[in-house]
Amino acid sequence: MRTLLLRSLFARPVTTGAPSPEDAALAEVGAALEARARRLFGRSIVIREVDAGSCNGCELEIHALNNAVYDVERFGIRFAASPRHADVLLVTGPVARNMKVALERTYAATPDPKWVVAVGDCACGCGVFAESYATMDSVRSVLPVDLSIKGCPPRPIELLRGLLALLQRATSG
Amino acid sequence: MADDVLTEVLASAKRLDILAPWPRFEVDTAGWTQIGHVLKAGGADLLALWCEPGAVHLALRAPASGVCVVSLATPDGSFPSIGQFHPPAIRLERTIHDLYGIVAKGCPDHRPWLDHGAWELQAPLGVCAPAPFRDPADYAFLPVKGPGLHQIPVGPVHAGIIEPGHFRFTANGETVARLEERLGYVHRGIDGLLANCDVERAARIVARISGDSTVAYSFAFACAVEAGLGAEVPPRAQILRGVMAELERIANHLGDIGAICNDAAFALAHAHCGIFRERVLAACDRAFGHRLMMDRIVPGGVAVDVSAEGAADIVAALEDVAPRFAEIVKLYDETPSLQDRTCTTGIVGRELVDRWATGGHVGRASGRNFDARRDIGYPPYAGTSFDVPVFERGDVDARIWVRIREVEASMTLLKEWLTALPEGAIQAALPAMHEPREGCAMIEAFRGDLLLWLRIADGRIRRAHVRDASIFQWPLLEAAIEGNIVADFPLCNKSFNCSYAGHDL
Repeated sequence: MRTLLLRSLFARPVTTGAPSPEDAALAEVGAALEARARRLFGRSIVIREVDAGSCNGCELEIHALNNAVYDVERFGIRFAASPRHADVLLVTGPVARNMKVALERTYAATPDPKWVVAVGDCACGCGVFAESYATMDSVRSVLPVDLSIKGCPPRPIELLRGLLALLQRATSG
Repeated sequence: MADDVLTEVLASAKRLDILAPWPRFEVDTAGWTQIGHVLKAGGADLLALWCEPGAVHLALRAPASGVCVVSLATPDGSFPSIGQFHPPAIRLERTIHDLYGIVAKGCPDHRPWLDHGAWELQAPLGVCAPAPFRDPADYAFLPVKGPGLHQIPVGPVHAGIIEPGHFRFTANGETVARLEERLGYVHRGIDGLLANCDVERAARIVARISGDSTVAYSFAFACAVEAGLGAEVPPRAQILRGVMAELERIANHLGDIGAICNDAAFALAHAHCGIFRERVLAACDRAFGHRLMMDRIVPGGVAVDVSAEGAADIVAALEDVAPRFAEIVKLYDETPSLQDRTCTTGIVGRELVDRWATGGHVGRASGRNFDARRDIGYPPYAGTSFDVPVFERGDVDARIWVRIREVEASMTLLKEWLTALPEGAIQAALPAMHEPREGCAMIEAFRGDLLLWLRIADGRIRRAHVRDASIFQWPLLEAAIEGNIVADFPLCNKSFNCSYAGHDL
């Protein structure tokens, strides 16, 4: 293990460069900020992820944000285990009706000020599960959504772009 | 003995020539009940149990008769319970009742399973009548009696970035006396969405049933459609399907091996496995245009071809990862403090995996030597030799080793395939078929075998059903944790890594 650690110490980082925040995401987040009271999160946001009926594809890519390549924590973005500690709810899936109450309770448990980010086509209302008896249309039909990150699933770099837009507007606003 | 009874039942049943590649039989209630006894006696593996308005179907696999589907008409809306003889069928019968309103007479468990009272519909795929909203928390967990017991409810929203489900632990101090799962939170109504749906749309839905196994699901769907229509797949497409399936297996196992170590606070292995996984996914993205290779396998072949550079790129990524992965494996093997957490933790006995016909690393870590790639033998695996690692101990450690050895075996297979890709077309036209035909396929996903059945007519999917490997793994997780400490649950859970979405459908 020692040689491995030593080698890691002197190796070049595998972390990718920071992407520039997406223009569309910046505009959407900007509108959300203007519509409601401006809030300052300092230079960090804490995220609680909620799977509300996703296929697990979005979760895999959100998970990847934490690996050494995307290393989301360098931007002050962190995932929390409890909604009580969160500023942002990252919601995936079309909102399965069986998850609606749990999602609403998670939202209620998140302290104000808070944001909701819909991740993936299902959450944004353009997925394949919308026409079912068992699902809602999208996250927007259950919670107020401040930012949508589309994709099936969105690549980690696209997730990062969206989240950076959120952070940039929050800190510059 | 039980096998003889099955042969007799099937010999006297009406054989339908609608399904391919396996036979389908129509039995009466007496024959159906006899099959229940055969399953109880261990004479056959239950592969799936599903229904449509008017009939229930059961897929099984026996040493003598191979894989077959048995159907029973349900004119009075009921059928004799298989679960009363063979417990693996119980949750499936509860599902059938929730979705179709068809009653399994004699089923020992009448509680709803997928129906949490949130659809405001009764039997949405059956009578589809309005029903009142019920509080989702209103569920009768099995009673646990004894001194000093307390309950720990977990979920449906979990602490990590994972899928939702509820675990009800009853513990005595730190020791788990019983775990009861409650699933169904991500039920999206897949059977309903796939009913009367054109093939292209159905393919997109199937690819999104369980995103981590999207390749395996699309593979199964394509094989079932091709079996039903009698379509041939070009050799190059067959190999490319295998390539994608093995890349998916490697990526998932790498992620899970790291995550299991992380659950024992061994972050170093997690960090490295995360980088390996990322390398593999990035290579998939470059070669196939999608990190998870979603929608890349389609009925008739594959949707995208891989260039010579793309193939070389994947081989280079694997050659980069292989020696570094070997180092992490060595590290795992030489770290007793980590093995202290994984060895003898969460043991699943051989008897259980045999009875539940549990596939994948859960079955193979407990000595059940079954792999659909080898034992069903579909292309491109038929006639190819590859290692199928089997361990006997059935603990978290054994499940890790199965996964490690599978990563290595898949890398060998991939290098063989990618350095000698056959030339030619990647897609064949599907023959048009007006008469209803049925197709069935069993594909080894990274979790284990999944089964997909469908009926197709006039280019539309009339009915389809999938059975994820997790269906027969989830119940064994309840058995695995019994007598272990609560703190070891994450290790047990991650070593299984059952699918919630694949289970809930």
